[in-house]
Formats: sequence, structure tokens, C-alpha cells
Amino acid sequence: MPARNGAIVEARGIHKHFGALHVLKGVDLTVRERELVFVIGPSGSGKSTLLRCLNRLEEPSSGAITVDGIDMLDRRTDINKARQRIGMVFQSFNLYPHMTALGNVALALRRVQGLPRAAAEAGARQALERVHLADRAGHYPGQLSGGQQQRVAIARAIALEPRVMLFDEPTSSLDPELVGGVLAAMRELRESGMTMVVVSHEMGFARAAADRVVFMDAGRIVEEGPPEAIFGNPQQERTRAFIGQITRH
Amino acid sequence: MSNWDRFLDSFFNARVAAEYLPKIIEGFWLTILLALCIILTGVAAGLALAVLRSLGIRVLNWAIIFLVDLFRALPPLVVIALLYFGLPAAGLSLSGFAAAWLSLSLVLMAFTEEIFWAGITAVPKGQWEAARSTGLGFLDTFGMVVLPQAVRMVIPPLTNRTIAITKGTALASVVAVQEILGAAQAGVSFSFNPTPLTLGALAYLVLFLPVVILGRWVETRFAWKR
Repeated sequence: MPARNGAIVEARGIHKHFGALHVLKGVDLTVRERELVFVIGPSGSGKSTLLRCLNRLEEPSSGAITVDGIDMLDRRTDINKARQRIGMVFQSFNLYPHMTALGNVALALRRVQGLPRAAAEAGARQALERVHLADRAGHYPGQLSGGQQQRVAIARAIALEPRVMLFDEPTSSLDPELVGGVLAAMRELRESGMTMVVVSHEMGFARAAADRVVFMDAGRIVEEGPPEAIFGNPQQERTRAFIGQITRH
Repeated sequence: MSNWDRFLDSFFNARVAAEYLPKIIEGFWLTILLALCIILTGVAAGLALAVLRSLGIRVLNWAIIFLVDLFRALPPLVVIALLYFGLPAAGLSLSGFAAAWLSLSLVLMAFTEEIFWAGITAVPKGQWEAARSTGLGFLDTFGMVVLPQAVRMVIPPLTNRTIAITKGTALASVVAVQEILGAAQAGVSFSFNPTPLTLGALAYLVLFLPVVILGRWVETRFAWKR
């Protein structure tokens, strides 16, 4: 199915069951090229599950997902090839602790894209430069701060030159003073034209950078719109209650 | 003769020691050979089983768990006796060395499989997800990301268990292998003096103390920088 109207991500009628638990109840999400979509909602609302369905880390129970024109749920799709077009950044960084920052970024370049070691390391160094960590290339994750680790994780994803980046609460396990560096890296990525889907509660960042905010609750998208509308003038009662709670502090 | 002299004469008799030292040294080298063979095949087989188990093929996993539980439950001496005294009845006879090698390899394999498996399952799920999200396949993820971490994690229990089972080479004396203990016991029965056993104990110390120390070194060497 070709992408319509410049859409890179197109999810239709996504349902996800974990045993008896119905986590996603028919979610539709379209992300256009160069768009930054923010997904917010209370914990357990299904926002992370939705994100993980997009690159099939979770198998949706039903529905259709195309990313960059590739049917992600088709059994004949080479999922490893498709995933190279979708970068993902996790809450807990998930860097490989036995490899240096450079090794972390270079691994997929070598093993997935088949580049020789020198070319892979050159590509990895470039990606580290984009998150301003070229000087930390030889450090192991355990020798880096949380914020630096997360930026290495971003470099690991962008090194593959993906068409879309998924961020799953990228700053939630960081100390407050380390959040800024990660958000700055995300902002630069955004300015370079990257399409991004971000699950996060960084409201300031959402207001400043998001094109669209999607509010999810209980497995459904309740409301979506530009950040000023969702934060300033939410139409739905549940959205108002949630926005009220997170902005009160 | 005082009690003290009798004690010295029994356990530290210089004449007997000089006579049987060459035999003990021969046993020493045989023990090293046997131990190396056991470690090589036992650890390799244990790792292979753990890798097979992580493929998640149900029937295969039942078979692996059965095999592993079997050899963890059986006393090593019973396995050696079964193979050495039992197999000839089936028309297949093993030398004492081969019986000890095979038996202790099977026991070491069983324990190391469990140790490697524990390490593999202890690697956080996020490591799998991160690697798979970059397009790495199952085998690359397993081989480049998960297994190296699992192996580093299990180095301490692995060295401990390997040393414990390698000491079981002494059991081979039961099936007429002239390793350290076998040579020492033969010396005792020829000389009517337990001094060869003293030599044997010393030989075990000379052999295993460095191994224990090496184990410590390996543990620190393989820990990644934090």
C-alpha cells in the first residue's frame, strides 16, 4: 500500500490484547513526513504499546500498519530490513554495556548494513558528532552519565538513517539536570527534518517543538490537535483532567 | 618411638616420598590432561545446550532439561561406574580415562548449561529490543549482544563449578586411572606407608591453588568497565 498524502506512518484500527487485558482498542494514527507527533496520556493508557507496535516490537492483535510504504504486519515483509527505517529510543537507554559508545553505534552498521569495520566506525563517529559526543566514542556506557547514554542511544538509531524516529519516554529515567541535553539533541534532530513520534511528558518541549499532540486514555485516542489547542483549550473532559493534573505541579 | 615420630614416619617419610614422587608426578600430569579434556568438552557442550535452549523449541527444551537434571542429580562417581562397569555389558568398553572424561564432561555440561542459561535469561529484555529495533536478526542479537553479556555475568559461578567438578578427577582412581590419587593409593599399598597420600595432597594444592587464583583473575579481567 503506497503512502498517501505524504504519510510516513499509517496505523489503522490497531488492537492489542495482553491475555485478558485489552490495551489498544482500535487506534488510528497517521504521521506525515517531517512531522513531530507527541503522544501523552496517563500510565497504562497504551501509548508505549502503540509506539512498540509501529516497529513490531509488539505484535498487534489486529489492524494495519504501514511505515514508509512497507506493510509492517505482512508475514512476507523482511522485518529486520523494515526496522532499519524506524529508529527507536528507549526509556532505559538499553546501550550494550560490553561495547564502547562507538561500538554501540557501529554494530548495526556492520551487521545489518554490512559495512566494513572502517566505514561503520566512520559512520558511527559521524552519528556521535551529531549528538555532540564524538569525544566520548571510546567510553563504555557505565562511564557515561544517563544523559550521555541516551544521546549515544539516539546516535545508534540515527546512524542507520531512519525515515522516522520513535522515542519511548526518552527523558523519564534521567535526573532533571540531564534532561536538557537529550531534549537539545532531539530538537536538533527535529530541525534536520526528521519525522518523530515521541511518547513523553516533557510539556515544555511539546509546546515548543510538537506539530501535533495526541492524548490517549484507556487504549483509545481521546483527542488530538496542535499543542496550543490540547494544552490551552482541550475539548474533552478527560483531556482537561489530565492536562490539569500534569500542569498543576 | 614417640607418637610424634610415628606421625612423622607415617606421613612425612623421606625414603617413601623419594621413592614414590616420580609416580605422583606422572599422576599430576595425567590429572592435568584429564582436567583439561573435561573442561574443554564439558563447558563447550554446556554452552552449546544453553544456546540450543534459547532457540525456544519446546520439545528440544524438554529433552535438554531432562538431560541436564539427570546429570545434576546423579553423583559423578555413579556415572563413572555406570559407564566403566556397565557399558562393557552392552559390548562397548571404555578405558578408565575415557570413562572418567566422558562422565565428568556430562556432569560439567549439565551444570554449565544451567549457569549459561541463567546468564542468558538475566540479560535484560531491553537489550534484545534495542538490538532488534536496529534491524539485527535473532542470531546476531544473540551472538553479539546477549551472549557476551551472559558469559561475563556467569564467569564467577562458572569458574567455581568448573573447579569443583575438575577436582572430581580424583574419582577416576576408582576406575584404575593412575592420576594423582590413584598413584598415591598405589604407593600406599606398596609401601605400607601413607606418605604418598601426603604427596598427593600437596600435588592437588600445587595444581588447584593456581587455578583458584586464575579464576579470581579471570573474574576481574572479564568485568566490563563501569
